Amino acid sequence: MEKRVTFGKWTIGILFAVPQLLLIFTFFYWPAGQAVYWSLTLQQPWGGGNIWVGLDNFRSILSNADYWNSITASLVFAGISTGLAMFIALVLAALTDRQLAGSRLYRVVLIWPYGIAAPALAMAFRFILAPEAGFMAVVNRVWPGFWDPGLDGADAMASIIVAFSWKYVGYNFIFFLAAFQAIPRSLIEAAAMDGSGVIRRFWDVQFPLITPTIFFLLVINITESFQDSFGIVDIMTAGGPANATNLMVYKIYSDGFKGLDYSGAAAQSIILMLLIIVLTIFQFRFIERRVHYR
Amino acid sequence: MTMIKRGFAALAAGALSTALAMPASAEPVKFDFWFGLSGDLARVVDTLCKNFNASQKDYEVVCTSQGNYDATLQNTIAAFRAGKQPAVVQVYDVGTATMMLSGAYKPADKLMEENGYKIDYADYFPGIARYYATSKGEMLSFPFNSSTPLMYWNKDAFAKIGKTEAPKTWEDVGADLKALKDAGYECPMAINISANESWQLMEQFSALHNQPIATKNNGYDGLDARLEVNKTKFVQYVTDLKKWYDAGLIKIKSKDLGQDMVQAFASGTCQVILTSVGDHGTVGRTQKEGMKWDVAELPVYAGTERKNSLVGGASLWVLSGKSDAEYKGAAAFLNFIHDPKTALFWSTNTGYIPVTKSGFDYMKGQGFYDKAPYKGREVAIASLTASEPTEITRGIRLGNFTQIRAEFGTQMQAIFANKVSVQEGLDTLVKNGDAILERFQQTYPGKTLP
Repeated sequence: MEKRVTFGKWTIGILFAVPQLLLIFTFFYWPAGQAVYWSLTLQQPWGGGNIWVGLDNFRSILSNADYWNSITASLVFAGISTGLAMFIALVLAALTDRQLAGSRLYRVVLIWPYGIAAPALAMAFRFILAPEAGFMAVVNRVWPGFWDPGLDGADAMASIIVAFSWKYVGYNFIFFLAAFQAIPRSLIEAAAMDGSGVIRRFWDVQFPLITPTIFFLLVINITESFQDSFGIVDIMTAGGPANATNLMVYKIYSDGFKGLDYSGAAAQSIILMLLIIVLTIFQFRFIERRVHYR
Repeated sequence: MTMIKRGFAALAAGALSTALAMPASAEPVKFDFWFGLSGDLARVVDTLCKNFNASQKDYEVVCTSQGNYDATLQNTIAAFRAGKQPAVVQVYDVGTATMMLSGAYKPADKLMEENGYKIDYADYFPGIARYYATSKGEMLSFPFNSSTPLMYWNKDAFAKIGKTEAPKTWEDVGADLKALKDAGYECPMAINISANESWQLMEQFSALHNQPIATKNNGYDGLDARLEVNKTKFVQYVTDLKKWYDAGLIKIKSKDLGQDMVQAFASGTCQVILTSVGDHGTVGRTQKEGMKWDVAELPVYAGTERKNSLVGGASLWVLSGKSDAEYKGAAAFLNFIHDPKTALFWSTNTGYIPVTKSGFDYMKGQGFYDKAPYKGREVAIASLTASEPTEITRGIRLGNFTQIRAEFGTQMQAIFANKVSVQEGLDTLVKNGDAILERFQQTYPGKTLP
């Protein structure tokens, strides 16, 4: 019979859990509760008082065309940057895993981008993608007016997607490489002896075996693209031009902190939270079915 | 173990000795001053603080930069809600309405009176004082760093088209830009169209032409003021700017694109810019070797009776909830800043202008405006005092004006990218701006501006 180690009294268990519960309450539930309260009131920024307005804040936000534009921009950003970051990382990891010449160097170098803080890398990309001075200036000299993130919303969106993806390629790469290396060599060797080529082995052997990692990264990348994009947007475009890159998280910041509209910002963060919850539930419900756990 | 014990003993002894030492020496009363300048300007403020601390023994001001104006206001609000606010804080021009309704300040004029300082409020340039005063003329805060926009023009380039003077009307500007373009200049004039340029393009233009930004005298007479820039001369101005942009006479220059307009002017790339007198020093320091340039008042449309331009910058607010001793220190500090000698120090080391007539006269007397690097800055005073402020050119007293400026940037970008027409863009600016004003009004039910 299996021998179980248990506490004599249930109170001891609770006691051990208390510090953790206290932390979660202090840093998650309490602020979230406060945000819900603020979203149902109109707060004076200096704390002079507030008025209960019920769901008015939500009504005015959801009837605002700019807000829907911001949601669309966030979804476009999340979709493309997640796709790009995961695809590139997957290819790089697959190649590195094949022990091609120099793969040991790549293994180290490719992880670095994730270690760079978002504002720093945004600053670097601002220089690289500047239409008059940077790398894109060369392109602009060949096709004048081709690249203009200052006025063209699509160009501005492309620049923040490139910057964000560049950072997350490094993150995704670590996980993909680990997943590839966890696949027993014997499987791949057996497939090779049966005469399957590199591409065939990738699709029929490796890819199905790393689906749990792909799923995990999908959830993380989408969630992070809603939250971690702030620093990049702030430095590179500040939401412009004409709100083309005014992602939800940036709009919360500018309305709340610059505009001192704490209630509106609180309501927006509740909506953002719900959106991320819904997206995550959707992913677990529909995409996880295709994942093969061993 | 003994090590730890000894460590504790040392700590305890240390704590005891500081506790004993504290009341023994008569420490000066410390108070905090938070400001929103960074880089070179922050170093000048630090020197200013050091000078104040060295000038007397009773008080010690602790000056802390919060990085920028937005952050200063945000951090001050957070600190105030936690009861840890600084005694003195620098709040930018457009934050004035928010401050007035906050109930979180001690009126500057009362503070000075209570502490026995006599300030001659009539000594302030009216264009500066009215911006920060209540509708009844009481000074709730003290003007600090102040500026106004000027037109910077390249004399060498204008000489090529046979001009020795800066254009005075927008009609002339249009003709000159065309001539510059024909003379081979790639970038006759540079502008930028982000939230920041609301200041020179919309606010100053409207003041110079005596055109309102909003009803109720730009908000001075009530929180129910609403924007009306979509039916003033401003529409004509944006139409012209857009026309010149389309004709290649105006280029957009911003930091995001590689070069901001001040750099573009100083390097000789662009021949005309509209920017703050505060950039006068930067242009002088960074200009292309041997380039000749000058500054002039912003142009107006032909047939306009020119009014005063508006002050930009920030003022110093004293916050409520501090001790009497700290208020005494704050009053001494404000009095120090008010001194004409401080004005000379401040203007010499920054590009800001003096805020009082006595400060200006003192600087003139010292020959400040005759010397090469500072010559030309007196144009800013001429622009600010071009007329007695009217009901409309007193300033702008609108809630959450930062967000309205952001909306200005958004709509100008949409207009210049040909997404909407000039009128459509300005209509949207008014519509969205009004929503911001309405929300501000709802947040302060039953309250009125002082």
